[in-house]
Amino acid sequence: MAEPLISIRDLTVALPPGADRAHAVDGVSLTINPNEILCIVGESGSGKSLTGHAVMGLLPRGVTASGGQILFEGADLLRLPLSGIRKLRGRDIAMIFQDPMAALNPVVTIGRQITEQIRAHRAISEKKEALDLAGGLLAEMGLADPKSLLKCFPHQLSGGQRQRVMIAMALSLSPRLLIADEPTTALDVTTQAQILKLIKRIQTERAMSVLFITHDFGVVADMADRVAVMRHGRVVEEGAATEVLGNPKHSYTRALIAAVPRGVSTLQPVAQDKPLLSVTDMSKKFRRGGIFSSAAAVKAVDKVSLTLNRGETLGIVGESGSGKSTLARCVIRLLDPDEGAVLFDGADIARMKPRALRPLRRRIQMVFQDPFSSLNPRQTVGEIVIAGPRAYGEDIREARARAADILRLVGLNSETMNRFPHEFSGGQRQRIGLARALMLKPDILIADEPVSALDVTVQAQVLKLLDDVRQQMNLAMLFITHDMRVAAQVCHRVMVMRHGQVVESGPTRSVFAAPSSDYTRALLAAIPGRGRLAAV
Amino acid sequence: MRDSLRVFLSRPIPLVGLVIFAVIVALALLAPLLFARGPFTIVGMPLLPPGAPGLLVGSDVLGRDMAVGLAYGARISLLVGITSTLCAVGIGVLLGAVAGYYGGWLDDLLMRVTEFFQIIPSFVLLMVLVAFMQPSLSSTVIGIALITWPQVARVVRGEFLSLRGREFVQAARTLGMGDVRIIFTQVLPNALPPIIVVGSMMVGSAILTESALSFLGLGDPNLLSWGSMIGGSRSAMWVAWWTTVLPGLAIMITVLALNFIGDGLNDALNPRRRR
Repeated sequence: MAEPLISIRDLTVALPPGADRAHAVDGVSLTINPNEILCIVGESGSGKSLTGHAVMGLLPRGVTASGGQILFEGADLLRLPLSGIRKLRGRDIAMIFQDPMAALNPVVTIGRQITEQIRAHRAISEKKEALDLAGGLLAEMGLADPKSLLKCFPHQLSGGQRQRVMIAMALSLSPRLLIADEPTTALDVTTQAQILKLIKRIQTERAMSVLFITHDFGVVADMADRVAVMRHGRVVEEGAATEVLGNPKHSYTRALIAAVPRGVSTLQPVAQDKPLLSVTDMSKKFRRGGIFSSAAAVKAVDKVSLTLNRGETLGIVGESGSGKSTLARCVIRLLDPDEGAVLFDGADIARMKPRALRPLRRRIQMVFQDPFSSLNPRQTVGEIVIAGPRAYGEDIREARARAADILRLVGLNSETMNRFPHEFSGGQRQRIGLARALMLKPDILIADEPVSALDVTVQAQVLKLLDDVRQQMNLAMLFITHDMRVAAQVCHRVMVMRHGQVVESGPTRSVFAAPSSDYTRALLAAIPGRGRLAAV
Repeated sequence: MRDSLRVFLSRPIPLVGLVIFAVIVALALLAPLLFARGPFTIVGMPLLPPGAPGLLVGSDVLGRDMAVGLAYGARISLLVGITSTLCAVGIGVLLGAVAGYYGGWLDDLLMRVTEFFQIIPSFVLLMVLVAFMQPSLSSTVIGIALITWPQVARVVRGEFLSLRGREFVQAARTLGMGDVRIIFTQVLPNALPPIIVVGSMMVGSAILTESALSFLGLGDPNLLSWGSMIGGSRSAMWVAWWTTVLPGLAIMITVLALNFIGDGLNDALNPRRRR
């Protein structure tokens, strides 16, 4: 084995006093060899990101590396003066981040941002020479028309293009190590697949090393040569990718791999009787532009029809901007649809006046995406959960008694009622949000990306809970997700949306087994780790 | 909320402000008990210096006890400061909440009205209003409230604009809550911290404004306030410094204390600025 490029020895990163534990990273030893991809995988709070940031000397304020060494070419990066680190940053070690929009300067053109980086390290006096270099890099990233891209500002680019620009910047000085911190988490699946392929290709072509930080075992299966699994700041398992994925030794690794949805559907479609809800030809336009510019309307939802039966889960799948969330918000009348009808229990609720709608509202409830903004931070869990029944005039004592039952149903004990939302984890908050919706005994539950903000093991628990609740209460569920794997796990039928239109719909099993449209095929092919993760 | 209180009390500057403010409030409340004869009673020769027999801080141009005047003046200053701020906060919260929550043309309309009040030189407007309504305590309070509510309305509108898009507000709508209920039980409690901060600062500036009005003789002629004490003594400014400097100091210390409290509240209630 060749000499390792970087060896991290017994790295300990201390958290400021008052944090939930003393060390974010606790005695981690890892090596990264030349020309390999090492994936660090773990759930949020495992210390995987801080390990990557420590190598780059980018620990956040108040967090310090209190012990250990990070050896790079005989020098200990933790003891290097700032000027020394600055020379290494960008030239030898480069980094890309999760959110390319936040990492790019919004008021400076792409061309200037790349050339600035080049000229900070290399003596290139000719501006044109640097620009040519930048253009060449963008072309290498597979971006069409690099010349005009150099003149663009970040907001004019798509998410995938931005991440390619970030990678181009990172590679502009031919670093020997690229640290990629969840570089595809904020991207759509098809874009994610392209970026992953790009990173892999460049790594091979340039024979460099990549430290790839991710929470997704599917991505690990696609990318890694070696894998390190982290939990609570420690490495619990490390080894060759084939070994760790095919034959995991540690029980935590096994649990993580088992929690990854496989994208294989086993659910039978529910018998179709008279639908509980039917949407016909619904459209919703959004106007862009102000008073002075001509208003261009964007069709967010374009003549969509669907039916939903009692006891069934219908998945609405699509990438960002496909109109799936707008559709859901029109069904529940958080938005008013422009055209079309929503028949619910014999009445068209699409055009109903707010006063007439109120008694029907309680029968269609929603679980939201963001567990941090969906609960009022100033109310106790008890107040949040009984707010719905109280709005309909239910007696407060009765409501509280029922709230205790419902909280137990979603797996929380009744003591939670006196506590505030910030005292709970993301998964627990989603359970509270579900309890709030269930308090009104709805017929239909709309779940808008309910698990996309959660860790994979928590995600599996919440999905199971949603399915149990659906069965117990005989709910009809509209399940909105961008993740084909999740859809396969809980949905009886799926509807694939793109640019506001329905591309394909049908029973989940047949759509996954024999997709009829190219777009669905592309979505399925983009699922990370597909076919590489063995059933455990 | 309990955390915020601890942060507030753990810092020296807001605590100093709170203590000073408490002393002034106590003085104002106890004035009728301490000085039963009232602020207008003549007790001796005019312009006696501080330390003269029986006169702790001297007498004014008419031979009235300055100490009594300062204590009674505190009553008027605090009364005007607090009630006018409460009125301004009431108007501002109501209009700002409606504008921010509903948006659209209602927001445009209300914000143009708000701007109308903001583009007129506010003190000139105030003088016109008070002169028009006859100088009295209530006209002072109404006038100050009318020129200060726009800043509250702006802050509240901004908070409501950002809060109404949050998922918990959408959740409240899907639960079938009415708009009034959502505004008061869901959104307003979350918008409270900046309102409290702005309010505490406004009390100080209302006291200043009242003093300026009284100095110009536009205050209630039957009540003694710090501003009217300065106004009435300005002819004696060069021969008896205490007649103007002491009420001026009183105003300064009170406003400073209120600003200290406001700063402390800002730190304590703003989660981003907590350590």
